[in-house]
Amino acid sequence: MQIHDNPPLKAEARNLNFYYGEAKALKNINMPIYDKKVTALIGPSGCGKSTYLRSFNRMHDLYPGNRYEGEIRFFPDNTNLLAPEVDPIEVRMRVGMVFQKPNPFPKSIFENVAYGLRVRGENNKRVLDDKVENALRGAAIWEEVKDRLQEQAPNLSGGQQQRLCIARALATDPELLLFDEPTSALDPIATAAIEELVHELKKRVTILIVTHNMQQAARVSDYTAYMFLGEMLEFGKTDEIFIKPKDKRTEDYITGRMG
Amino acid sequence: MQPLTTEQIRAVIARGKLRDNLFKALGIFCLAFALLVIVALIADMAIKGSERFTLDFFMNFASRRATQAGILSAWVGSLLVMLVTALAAVPLGVAAGLYLEEYAKRNWLTHIIEVNISNLAAVPSIVYGLLALGIFVYQFGFGQSILSAGLTLALLILPIIIVSTREAIRAIPAMIREGSMAVGATRWQTCRYHIIPYAMPGILTGVIIGLARAIGETAPIITIGALTFIAFLPPAPFTGEPPAGLFDWVFAPFTVMPIQIFNWTSRPDPAFEVNAAAAGFVLMAMVLSMNAVAIYLRYKMRKNIKW
Repeated sequence: MQIHDNPPLKAEARNLNFYYGEAKALKNINMPIYDKKVTALIGPSGCGKSTYLRSFNRMHDLYPGNRYEGEIRFFPDNTNLLAPEVDPIEVRMRVGMVFQKPNPFPKSIFENVAYGLRVRGENNKRVLDDKVENALRGAAIWEEVKDRLQEQAPNLSGGQQQRLCIARALATDPELLLFDEPTSALDPIATAAIEELVHELKKRVTILIVTHNMQQAARVSDYTAYMFLGEMLEFGKTDEIFIKPKDKRTEDYITGRMG
Repeated sequence: MQPLTTEQIRAVIARGKLRDNLFKALGIFCLAFALLVIVALIADMAIKGSERFTLDFFMNFASRRATQAGILSAWVGSLLVMLVTALAAVPLGVAAGLYLEEYAKRNWLTHIIEVNISNLAAVPSIVYGLLALGIFVYQFGFGQSILSAGLTLALLILPIIIVSTREAIRAIPAMIREGSMAVGATRWQTCRYHIIPYAMPGILTGVIIGLARAIGETAPIITIGALTFIAFLPPAPFTGEPPAGLFDWVFAPFTVMPIQIFNWTSRPDPAFEVNAAAAGFVLMAMVLSMNAVAIYLRYKMRKNIKW
């Protein structure tokens, strides 16, 4: 990995440790996240990839007994997202998230997307209309829902719900978008649509995606990190990791001998 | 062990089925017995009180003559007391439940509070009456008024509302909460836009069940000194001269349905038993219709809430 042909950094984990109570779930992770690139996190179940992902928007702060050590630097302003004096709400306003299972609110399609804006105090109807439409277009679901924005979101199909959740996250223009196995609850067609969308989205936002699916990581990501038992074993360009992994354990996992 | 023959297998199944049917019969019998008792009670009151089911019965005040005595002051009193109870208990109970579920840290203090909320639900209602007599009637000087009665019953049903609020909130999946927080919402925004609206069907059910319990309570109301014979109505709510006059009604003396019934049953003249039966039927109808409203509201509101 040569320094000079690397793109600019969006974020960087530095000596990151994480504890669920006494249990250490992440062990000294150092990893760059490059701006406007897709970085995939792969590894067997329980390896800490979701834990790592959820550190980027301080989701762990919602539950008692969780503790971070180390830093996640966020650029260009070089904020440490994990610093106690940085409000987790501020972090979540800059870092969006899409969950494993689609979780639209039991409200209208419009209100689902407008929610992030309302939370920020935006109540102007014209502004909301505009931003909601843009977000829905960005999530490639506008054509399907433009005539029924007032319908209840949970009536949509699973794939549509997940794209709606992406629109919800996009509406507030996040700088970094976290995807936590976004297609694990979806069928292959809906999965393909989401993957295509991820590819499209990296023009405007940096993406960090957890996936169980090797092909998916290979298809959508520019960089891949392989995690194992809370450690980051290998990080590099996706082509390199998949063609010539340096670590034997990464190779075993990728080729299906383990995991 | 030898494998069973077909005959033996059939015998085993037949034995099992016999027990199945025995249990089913027992269950139906128990259910029918419980239902029958209630139906018999209601029917008995309806038949005994049938000659009093006239408009006059609802529009007359209490009287020394059984045939002229009515329940006007009682049902109006019950409704007004319920209004105060609801206004006091719902905001308090919902806020307490919301705090315990969404804000409170899990530690020994909240644990003690939780245990004691369950304990409060088990406190005999007469004890609430004694407490209210000391605090509301004398200490705060509310007197033997609708306000004292409403607040007393509010205390009584507060645990019910807190518990049902907490259960309704706990039924909301964590992913909804996380979805809201993930876009940068505060706890309060999450509560206001999501938790409270989605918990509302459950909260409403708890509120109405609590009010149905309160409307039938007699002991605490007697303790604080509700009148048993009253021949006038409190001023209509919120109609007096503002600002102080708006609340004249809460300081008015009053009676309620169960007290009116109790009063009639303790009269020597058997003609009053007819009044008591008729009033009992009306009270029963009030409670059942409250439950019906709760079921309807829950059904209607839940239709739009799914995850």
